[in-house]
Amino acid sequence: MTLRRSMLFLPGSNAAMLSTAFVFEADSFMFDLEDAVSLREKDTARLLVYHALKMPAYAKREKVVRINPLSTPFGRLDLEAVVRAGVDVVRLPKTDTAEDVADLETEVERIERACGREVGSTRLMAAIESASGVVNALAIAKASPRIMGIALAGFDYVMDMQTQRGDGTELFYARCAVLHAARAARVDAFDVVFGDVNDEAGFLKEVDLIKRLGFTGKSLINPRQIELLHNAFAPAQEEVDYARRVVAAAAQAEEKGLGVVSLNGKMVDAPVIAMAERVLQRAAASGVRQ
Amino acid sequence: MNIVRDSIAGTLESNDLLVKVSPAQDEGLELHVNSEVIHQFGAQIEAVVRETLSRLGVTNALVLIEDKGALDCSIRARVQAAVLRASDATGIDWEALS
Repeated sequence: MTLRRSMLFLPGSNAAMLSTAFVFEADSFMFDLEDAVSLREKDTARLLVYHALKMPAYAKREKVVRINPLSTPFGRLDLEAVVRAGVDVVRLPKTDTAEDVADLETEVERIERACGREVGSTRLMAAIESASGVVNALAIAKASPRIMGIALAGFDYVMDMQTQRGDGTELFYARCAVLHAARAARVDAFDVVFGDVNDEAGFLKEVDLIKRLGFTGKSLINPRQIELLHNAFAPAQEEVDYARRVVAAAAQAEEKGLGVVSLNGKMVDAPVIAMAERVLQRAAASGVRQ
Repeated sequence: MNIVRDSIAGTLESNDLLVKVSPAQDEGLELHVNSEVIHQFGAQIEAVVRETLSRLGVTNALVLIEDKGALDCSIRARVQAAVLRASDATGIDWEALS
C-alpha cells in the first residue's frame, strides 16, 4: 500500500522550489507544467522538471507531473520529457472521457518503447474538472490498468457547473461521484486544493469532511498544509490500540492454521483486518492524532 | 546546433540563473559567468555550462551566465532552454539533454 495523503503542487517554472522542495514530508510531489506555468515559460519549465525528476534527492519520493492537455501544443512534449526522465505518475488534466486516458496511454507506451523504459512502468492519474468528467468518472477510473487514482479539481469544475466555490455544497455531488468511482475501480481518490493557506480552521474542516467521506488524500498548494493534513489523517490512540489487537489476532489465527479470526469472542472479517493494517500504516507514518 | 538569434532563459531569483545566448561575434565559444558564489563554485558552474553546450553541439556562440546560486540541474535546464530558443533546430534530441 502506497501512502498518498498529501500531494504537494510545485510550480514547474520555479527553479528554487524544485531545487529545495524535497525537504518537505509530502507523500507525493506534483510538478506542475500546466496552470502554474505561463505560456512563454512552458519550454523552460519542461526542462527544469525534466532535470528535477532525475535529482537523487527525489529518488525515493513519489513524483507526479501534471502535463498540459494533449490537445495543446505542449502536452506531447511534456509527456516525452517526463516519461524519459523517469516520472512515477503522469497526471492528465481536464479528463472528460475514458478515451482521453486511452489516448494518453498510447502516447506513453510509444515513448516508453522509444526510450527503453519498461512498458507499463509509468502510472497515470486523471484529474476530473468538468460535469462530463464527473458523469464519466467510473469509466475514466477503469480506462487503464496504469491508473493509480483520480482527482477532483474544483476550480474548473465549478466554472463548468456555472457556480463558484463556497462552503462545499457546490462540490458535494462531484466529491461523492469521484470517490465512488475510485473505490469501485480500486484506485485512489484525491480531493481538491484548499486555496486560502491562512485559513487553517477552514482547511481542517474540509480535511475532516473528505477524510470521513473516504478520500485517500488531498492536493496541496503550500507546504504549511502538509503537517496539518497528516495529523488530521493520523488515527486516534484508541483506533491504533484496536488495530494492533486485530492484527495480532489475525497473526495468531494464521499461526494456528485457523481459517477464522476472532477477537474477544467476535469474528473478525478480512476487510476489518485490512482496515486495521491501514490504520497501523498511517500511525507509522504520522503518529497518533494530536 | 546553430545559434541564429538572441535568447534569454531563466530568472534572477535566488537558486536560479539567467542565461543569455547570442550568435558568435567571432569563431568559437565565448562564455562569461557571473555568480554570487563564483569563488566557491565558479569552476563547477563553467564546467556544467560547457558540458551542456557540448552535448547540444553548440560550438559557436556568445553565452552569458548570471548565476544566483542555482543547482547543476537548474543550470542544465536553463542553458538548454536558452540554446533551443536561440537555435534553428526543429526537433529535440532527448539523448543530448539527459
